[in-house]
Amino acid sequence: MIDSASLLAVLPELTLTAGGLILMLVAAFGGDNSARLVNWLAVLVLIGAGLALPCSLAHGPDAFDGLMRADAFSAFAKGLIYVAAAAAILLAPRFFSVGGRPRPEYPVLILFAAIGMGMMVSAGDLLTLYVGLEMNSLASYVLASFMRQDERSSEAGLKYFVLGSLASGILLYGSALLYGFTGTTAFDGIAVAMGDGVSKGELFGLVFLLSGLAFKISAVPFHMWTPDVYEGAPTPVTAFFGSAPKVAAIGLTVRVAIEALGPAGLDWQQIVIFVALASILFGAVAAIGQTNIKRLMAYSSINNVGFALVGLAAGTPAGAAATMSYMAIYVVMTIGGFACILQMRDADGKPIEAIASLAGLSQSRKGLAAALAIFMFSMAGIPPLFGFWAKFLVFDAAVASGLTALAAFGIAMSVIGAFYYLKIIKTMYFDEPTISFEAKGGAVENVILTACAVVILLGYLLNPVLDQASAAAAASLF
Amino acid sequence: MDGFPILSLMMAVPMAGAIACLFAGANGARWIALIATLVDLVLGIALWVNFDQGGLQWQFQEYYPIFGRFAWALGIDGIALMLIALTVFLMPICIGASWEAIQKRVPEYMAAFLLMEVLMIGVFAAQDLYLFYIMFEAGLIPMYLVIGIWGGADRIYASYKFFLYTLLGSVLMLIAMMWMVHEAGTTEIPVLMTYNFDPHVQTWLWLAFFASFAVKMPMWPVHTWLPDAHVQAPTAGSVILAGVLLKMGGYGFIRFSLPMFPEASAQFAWLVWGLSMVAVVYTSLVALVQSDMKKLIAYSSVAHMAIVTVGLFAFNQAGIEGSMMVMLGHGLVSGALFLCVGVIYDRLHTREISRYGGLSINMPKYAVLFLLFTMASVGLPGTSNFVGEFLSLMGIYQASSWVALVATTGIILGAAYMLYLYRRICYGDQVNADAAAMPDLSVREIALLAPLAVATLWMGVYPESFLAPMRADIHALEARLAPAAPAGDSKIKMGAPKPAGEGHHEEAAAHGEAH
Repeated sequence: MIDSASLLAVLPELTLTAGGLILMLVAAFGGDNSARLVNWLAVLVLIGAGLALPCSLAHGPDAFDGLMRADAFSAFAKGLIYVAAAAAILLAPRFFSVGGRPRPEYPVLILFAAIGMGMMVSAGDLLTLYVGLEMNSLASYVLASFMRQDERSSEAGLKYFVLGSLASGILLYGSALLYGFTGTTAFDGIAVAMGDGVSKGELFGLVFLLSGLAFKISAVPFHMWTPDVYEGAPTPVTAFFGSAPKVAAIGLTVRVAIEALGPAGLDWQQIVIFVALASILFGAVAAIGQTNIKRLMAYSSINNVGFALVGLAAGTPAGAAATMSYMAIYVVMTIGGFACILQMRDADGKPIEAIASLAGLSQSRKGLAAALAIFMFSMAGIPPLFGFWAKFLVFDAAVASGLTALAAFGIAMSVIGAFYYLKIIKTMYFDEPTISFEAKGGAVENVILTACAVVILLGYLLNPVLDQASAAAAASLF
Repeated sequence: MDGFPILSLMMAVPMAGAIACLFAGANGARWIALIATLVDLVLGIALWVNFDQGGLQWQFQEYYPIFGRFAWALGIDGIALMLIALTVFLMPICIGASWEAIQKRVPEYMAAFLLMEVLMIGVFAAQDLYLFYIMFEAGLIPMYLVIGIWGGADRIYASYKFFLYTLLGSVLMLIAMMWMVHEAGTTEIPVLMTYNFDPHVQTWLWLAFFASFAVKMPMWPVHTWLPDAHVQAPTAGSVILAGVLLKMGGYGFIRFSLPMFPEASAQFAWLVWGLSMVAVVYTSLVALVQSDMKKLIAYSSVAHMAIVTVGLFAFNQAGIEGSMMVMLGHGLVSGALFLCVGVIYDRLHTREISRYGGLSINMPKYAVLFLLFTMASVGLPGTSNFVGEFLSLMGIYQASSWVALVATTGIILGAAYMLYLYRRICYGDQVNADAAAMPDLSVREIALLAPLAVATLWMGVYPESFLAPMRADIHALEARLAPAAPAGDSKIKMGAPKPAGEGHHEEAAAHGEAH
């Protein structure tokens, strides 16, 4: 039954849908010349959706008989998703203008992906989960192959599509098993059904469901697509893949694990611990040999997802809060990092992706090198940068729930990860210059870059706010 | 000075200086850095003067809970005061030492040094466990850049090794800290210092902290990063590394391992003693065969730090006071020795000992000062290191006479390698024409070495100035350790004096027999 409270609870999605459809018409009739306008309007739509979040909270948490949830958790995740999506839109025009013509479809596709991601994090039912996931994925497949004249971009799109469909299939199979053995698709219904012990069938469903989700968050052993897609996709799209969909997929995983599969906590905890450690280790080791910075960022994202999952493995409200805080800080670092990578352009404006080309950057572009160094040290988890606090929170949650050995292993492996981040800093600061980059970055890029760097440097002052918001988000799950 | 946030100010001044440096030219950056460090020196003197000896244990406390889960909590006791004083004393000297030696990318260099000063003061002043960790770890970033950008030929390897080695040591400590905070329910260091952890858990916590501090110290066998880092770092980098950064390890033992885990400390005393004994003998022998001056001094640092750990784990007042004095004295002397190396390195651009010789002929002023610091490093009475080494060895003798015996050989070996070094550089014939043509110390270089010489002698002649502020704190630490301290094997007791006449008679009889 459709009532007004439900509609108000999904107001952010409605805003995005209306905005996305209108902008699509603008793009269709305005042609390529409307690209600039559509870009800015799309950012406005995202801001509007963000402003609608408090309204949706007021009419939540349940909408449409529990199909959707508008609670503090979804609001936290959506806030992050909208910010990341807006950044991905703002970072794009310069990149596409060099490759040819500006493209008005790009912001529209990002808006549609944002709707899907919003549905993912507020899903209260396996069906909404799937619809949201597919909505996001379809937009993502197109975005990955956005530069369709470029062989690598088409390959990335195709690869993403084939492997993504396989993962969706696995996820659907898991959902079907869970439905079959519990008799419901609603998260709370599944939790109730599992309350009297987890049957074999339910366990199978759980494993398949988590496998499908692990693909979406690119956790080991379902990470194979990540490096190729990250490398092949246009850089702004890679920045987008690295930020918003990661938040959505992690948010979804946390919600499913706690709300739907909560009674099976001990069962999924082992899986999550394995996946977390494997991702941390593999992400760190495989990144060492990379020479392409986008591939490196792909392995780095695998590595980071592993750390984020450590919080989930704790299975406590503090752990869930830590995971969401981790994603918040990670999104800032990723966007900042890609804002730097996007500025790696030669004198003609052609993008360069080789790590070796960063040599001596600290002498030719001091500010850019300093910013990238800040993001790299932060990703490596070196205090006093904010990336350290993200790792601190997840490990603290793990220690608090008695997983001291997991925390000790995980943090020791973070030292391996530090090595390849240091390699980038070494290239920029210790090596002599080889290629000189374009002398100045775009204004928008610089603003985003500076904003991210300031957050990473002074983030500790945000701690009280972040703690409160993430704790409220986690509390709404338990 | 009640309520005036002098510690925050001491951190704010170099921080502001660091930011200003980044926007200045080369010469501007030099002056900004010098002024900022001198202001900090003045503030440091004010801190010392206003420190109430025998007053409250923690003074100049500040507490601002602005970080959510932890707080900006600062405060010092006598031990921290001394180490902060050492830091602010060495920093202007480091800036002066880099005045001409560093010509490329000066603003960044000065900013890195000022940032390092902020973090070092932060480490010694932090009263919050997590704040301490953040300051402790953050020091890696500027040092990594200093070694990597302004270092010698093999700087990249050295910078990686320095960074990853110390990082790996520290991360396990963080896990232990988290556990402690959950157990004790507070992040305040003064509270944790009196909290009694379960002795079984202490074992693990102690090991985690040990992993970090042993690397930082550095103790044998995890000392290998130090010679590499020292050799490749620029002169001022070596000074600050040997002078202050190594002291963080010792400070960590005094502030964390000993008071927070007394039982585990006693339980693992044999481990520390054993490693220290090996270090004293082994690294001294290694120092003896070095042909690179900086490497030789780096190995001598490891040997001196072993005396520190031996004194710390003597569990008595003398030993711990001695350790602190060795740390302070070594901070001055090794810093000065690295400066002495820097002086001739700047002239000839080689650290090979054999390329020099007979410098006392053409550089008499240099030879005098170098001799003073060599003697101080050996531990000659009247210099700073004698006081510390004597007290440390006295302390350990009460705990274990065997350890004292082995550790004392370090003094003899120290005399051997340092005097041998001095002979090869300053005495003998002037075999190398270019070395014989080197001019003597400039005014700037004398101005750098003279304060160190004065401080070295002051500490040797009147150590009370330095011991007095720490005495009460070390006494409190000894009291905290007393229930757990292992029994000593030397069984020192006062002998009963014999009646004078009898003794005289016996002596006479003996004389008679001999005749």
